[in-house]
Parts: sequence; C-alpha cells; structure tokens
Amino acid sequence: MFPRTFYQKLIDSHTVAKLDEQNILLFCDLHLMNEYTSPQAFAGLYEEKRGVPMPGQNVAVVSHIIPTHPGKMRVIADPPSALQATYLKKNCDTFGIPLFDTNDALQGIEHVVAPEHGMIRPGMVVICGDSHTTTYGALGALGFGIGTTEVEHVLATQTLVYRVAKTMLIRVDGRLSEGVTAKDLVLAIIGHIGARGALGYVVEYSGSAIEALSIEARFTLCNMIVEAGARGALIAPDKKAIDYVMARAPDIAETWREAALDAWRDLRTDSGATFDAVHSFDAALIAPQVTWGTSPDQVVAIDASLPRIDDLEEGVVRASGVRAMAYTKLTQGEAIEGVPIQHVFIGSCTNGRIEDLRAAAAVIHGRHVAQGVRAMVVPGSGSVKAAAEAEGLDAAFIAAGFEWRNAGCSMCLAMNDDVLADGVRCASTTNRNFEGRQGRGAITHLMSPAMAAAAAVTGKITDVRRLEINHG
Amino acid sequence: MVDVRTIEGRAAPLPIENLDTDQIMPKQFLRGIDKSGLTQGLLHDLRFDREGNPERDFVLNRPEYENASILIGASNFGCGSSREHAVWGLLQYGFRAVIAPSFAEIFFSNAMNNRLLLVALPAEQIARLMEDANDPANNQVVIDVQAQTLRSQSVNATFDMHPRHRKMFLEGLDNIGLSLTYQDDIRSFANDHWRRQPWLKDVAALTRKRLDA
Repeated sequence: MFPRTFYQKLIDSHTVAKLDEQNILLFCDLHLMNEYTSPQAFAGLYEEKRGVPMPGQNVAVVSHIIPTHPGKMRVIADPPSALQATYLKKNCDTFGIPLFDTNDALQGIEHVVAPEHGMIRPGMVVICGDSHTTTYGALGALGFGIGTTEVEHVLATQTLVYRVAKTMLIRVDGRLSEGVTAKDLVLAIIGHIGARGALGYVVEYSGSAIEALSIEARFTLCNMIVEAGARGALIAPDKKAIDYVMARAPDIAETWREAALDAWRDLRTDSGATFDAVHSFDAALIAPQVTWGTSPDQVVAIDASLPRIDDLEEGVVRASGVRAMAYTKLTQGEAIEGVPIQHVFIGSCTNGRIEDLRAAAAVIHGRHVAQGVRAMVVPGSGSVKAAAEAEGLDAAFIAAGFEWRNAGCSMCLAMNDDVLADGVRCASTTNRNFEGRQGRGAITHLMSPAMAAAAAVTGKITDVRRLEINHG
Repeated sequence: MVDVRTIEGRAAPLPIENLDTDQIMPKQFLRGIDKSGLTQGLLHDLRFDREGNPERDFVLNRPEYENASILIGASNFGCGSSREHAVWGLLQYGFRAVIAPSFAEIFFSNAMNNRLLLVALPAEQIARLMEDANDPANNQVVIDVQAQTLRSQSVNATFDMHPRHRKMFLEGLDNIGLSLTYQDDIRSFANDHWRRQPWLKDVAALTRKRLDA
C-alpha cells in the first residue's frame, strides 16, 4: 500500500463519503460541548425538529463561565451566564447527552476533564466548539475546534463536512535543558513559524525531544499549536500514551486490551510518506520564553530583548508590532527580564494539569509572593485539585501567599468573574495574550508554570533558571 | 434564504494583522443563548473608549464609512477563539463580505456557513484595495459571486471559491439536510467502525455511567 501519514490514516478511517475533490463527510467519535457555543445549535435542532441520533458519542461540560471562588457550592451570580448553564442541562436532558454540571465534583475545563477520565482514545476524531480541541493530539487523537453551525451539524448527524488539510511535520530532536518546558518549546515554535505559520495544516510532532515528553507536556504542545493556525496536531501514540489511556479507560484495559493494542500499532506515519511542509528544531537551543506583545508569536527568550521596530517587516506587520508595544506599554529593544508584574495566573487548558502545578510549587518552596502581587492557582479540574491537595500542593501555595481556587477556565478567557483590571500586567500560563483577553486593557505575558511562579515570588519577569530550587 | 449573487458597497479598511475573534466580539457579549444582540459588541474595544463613547478616529465611527458593508482586513483575519458570535456580529452590523490576504480556518468555516463572504486575495491586491478604501470618495467595491470577480477603483480581480461554497451563496444550502441524506451510510459506517473498535462506541455515555457508579 502507498505510504501514508498518520493524519491520512485517521482521515481514511473516518470518511463516511467523499463529497467532492476537497470535502469529505467525516465521522466524529466524540463531540464535546460547552455552555456558550452550543445553545444556538440546540435552538437550531428544535426549530428544524431534528434529533440527536448518537447521544452517547457527545458530552457537555460547563467550563468557561464557572466561578472559581473557594467553597463547596458553585453559584453563577451573573444571570445570563446562569441561564447558559441551565440551558445546557435542559438541552442535555432532552437529548440524553451526558453532562458535567456546575456542581459536579469532577467539574473543570473540558480539555482537562475529557482525557483524565479516559474519554480520549488513540485513533479517535474528537471535535468541540472550542479552538483548543487540538490538545488531544497528545494521545494520538485528531482533535479540532468548530463553530456553532457545525456543532448543530454534528449533533444532528455525528459527522462534519470536512475539508482535508495539508500536513506539516515538526521535528524536535535533542533534549530540553533544565528549567525549559513544553510551554517554552511551543512558544518558540510559534515564534519561529508565526501566528499563521501552520494555517491550513495539521501538524504532526516527532523526534527524540517529543518522545521524551510526558503526556501532560504533550497536551501543552498540542493545545497551543492552534495559535500558529494549525487545524490539528498529532503525536503517534507510544507506550507512554497507551499506558496513560489504559490507566484511565478500564473498559479497554479489561475487555479489549489486545485488540486495541493491535489497532493502535498502525497509528503512525509510514516510512516513505511525505509531508507538505517540514520544520526542524533543536530542543537544546531553547530557553524559557515570554511573550511581549498581543499575539502568541510576539515572543522572545527570557534573556533576549524586544525587537526593534526597524527589524519588523514594513507595512502591516510593523504597524501591528508598534500597536502591540503600545498596548503592552513596552519599548523596542527593551529587555523582557525584570519587567514588573502585578498579577500571576496559573491554570487553563494549556497548563492547569497536575504536573504544571507541581512545577510551579517546586519554585515557591521557601519563598513568598512578592509584595503588591496577586497570585492565583486555578486547577484544570476537580480531579486535578483533589490530586494536588492529596500531595499538599494547596498548602504550599497558600503558605506562599497564592490564592487556591476551584477548577475552571477562569482568567484564561475571563468569561467568569475572574477578570483583570485595566493596565494590570499578568504573568500567565494561558495560551492567548490577545488585547483585552484577560480584561480590557490588561496585559498578558505568556510563560510556563515555573516561570509564572518565579514571577510571582520576585514581582517581575524572571529567568526561573536563576532561582535555586529549594526542595521542600 | 435569500440568494446572494452580488455584494456591492462601501469598503472600510482595517489594517490589523492577526485580528482575533476576541477583538471582533469580546467575551462579555458571549453570554446569550441565541444569536441576537451582537451589533453593539462588534469590535467593541476598538469602537468605544472606556467610558463607552465612540472612538472618533476609528474607521467605523467616521461618517464617511457609515453603512460600510465590506471590510478590508489584514492577514490571518479571525484567528483565535472558535466563537461564531464574531461572524454573527459582523453580519448584524451590516457587513456582507471581508477581503483579506488570509483567514483563520475555523473563522472561515463559520463565515461561509452563515453566508458572510470571505475573499482571499494576494497581499499586493489587498494593499491597493486598502488604498482605495482609504479614500472615501472612491471606496465602492463590487463583488460578483456568480462570476467570482471583484472590482474597486483600482483593482479588477478574480477570486477562488469552492463550488460548494458558491452554491451555498447562490442557492442557499441546508448543509445538515444534505448530510442527512447520508443517514443510512452514516449508520452503517458507525456499525462497522464499532464492530472493529468496540471501545469507541458510546464512550461519553459509558464514562459518565462509570463515574456515577
């Protein structure tokens, strides 16, 4: 047989019909929904009197609007947001769709909840009305975001009209240095290829540096590649990925183990298959990264300076750079290290997992949040929160002056009541530094959890490699 | 649905690279359960100052661009969040087309599904369209969807459009209705798919059941 990429295999095994030269009818194994991109889709179903033929392949999570204040009961104070949660429950009940509701103990961010309970399995096609669905590539599942019209289409047909993407290989060899994480790697990649560098492509990551990464680190890597425009990400499932899934999916482990292992063996790019584009990186050359602007590709190494205006491409690119510096109140050529911050946010579907919290906690042992800084930790899910508490991470954060919050998307999107005030500068482990993303006029610097923790205890953007780690 | 054969109107220039959907429709306008009421939210933080007064210099607030129905944007227009509210907002404000060098993928699907026409043209044609749009006396653009041509003061271009999308604009198309004609194929595909990989059937429902047990 003709050698195929992993992506082409996934597409071939999910094609219900070829519609024309570019488009196929793609079968979707799992469809995740949230409260703010699904209500209009359900309304469309009611209007056309259409049903949901395969409700068991769909699941909903209240994730973006949920309050994260400490305390047992979660009450959504904002009436329109509360109505979204009510509608989600009503719609799920109507069609028999499983739901993680507001006060579910396992509640959290959809992209953290789904894989941690074994719902994401190698070889799946997973979609969701949220752009960060690319996360699932870490387990060898093709995940991607869709809009509300498409949510309605999936509910009614369990398929999507899908334009087949081009393929890009991102190869990363070598070893990441001490203090450098998957977040730094993906920021460096986006900085190199640009915010539209992967537009039209599904990216496959490979190489020794990728193999060395934990599954949680791979989630970070796949989650953020959408910021380079990618339509999806994939990493061929290896033993680590398979062990991760088997530990969380007892049905496979107990009943179908051998058959599944057999099916998953082929989930990789054949030798001789070609990609439409290839990029290579040396992990050893990557330093901790920090964004300086308002697009994730406006990023520099911690020991570097902001670009000079004259070095930016003339025209719209330069104008956008100037605009970004005006927004972030930084100047050309300025060093990024040492910029004072007032807020720290550790969490999100990029970096709200247990390993991320451990990495941040390792930096704060024996230290305290700097004066004038407000620092928040928001676990990615109820399970992550419980795991962190079992390890005593909550006590460590609280002792160091952090707020230990309930799980949710929180200040990543700031659609709940966690919003930054105008002009506040935040060291953030999220995925987007867009203008106004964390609040109108708020300034976001993207970085890793360890770097965010370093910023919290020093009150300024700091190279975490300079801080001695006190093992507590 | 009304068919869309030609789009003709005043063009407004918006030369911001990587204009994300957070900016096109900020989060505070995503709290509804229907598609309505998004006009005020469109490009909110660019259109209004912190007190809620119109930013007088912003292109959409200038009288000469009142009723603009075509937006000339920069590359990677509509990147970021998948929120379809960005498209609904553009349409509710009165835009019928956006012309830019490139569009983000999810935004592209969202726009076409709602019949907001997106036209991708090479950067140098966009630069000339931007110049034309900067001159309010000469900023009319005519787009012929049927012929796939676009005309402004100094640009005469043809553009690519997938036949499927063209049909959606010219005839209106119920995508779901069309896909439902494959209902039997979908069902038999699924049965075969699950026979070979039983661990993919009802994953969500069975997981929920296990967690509740």
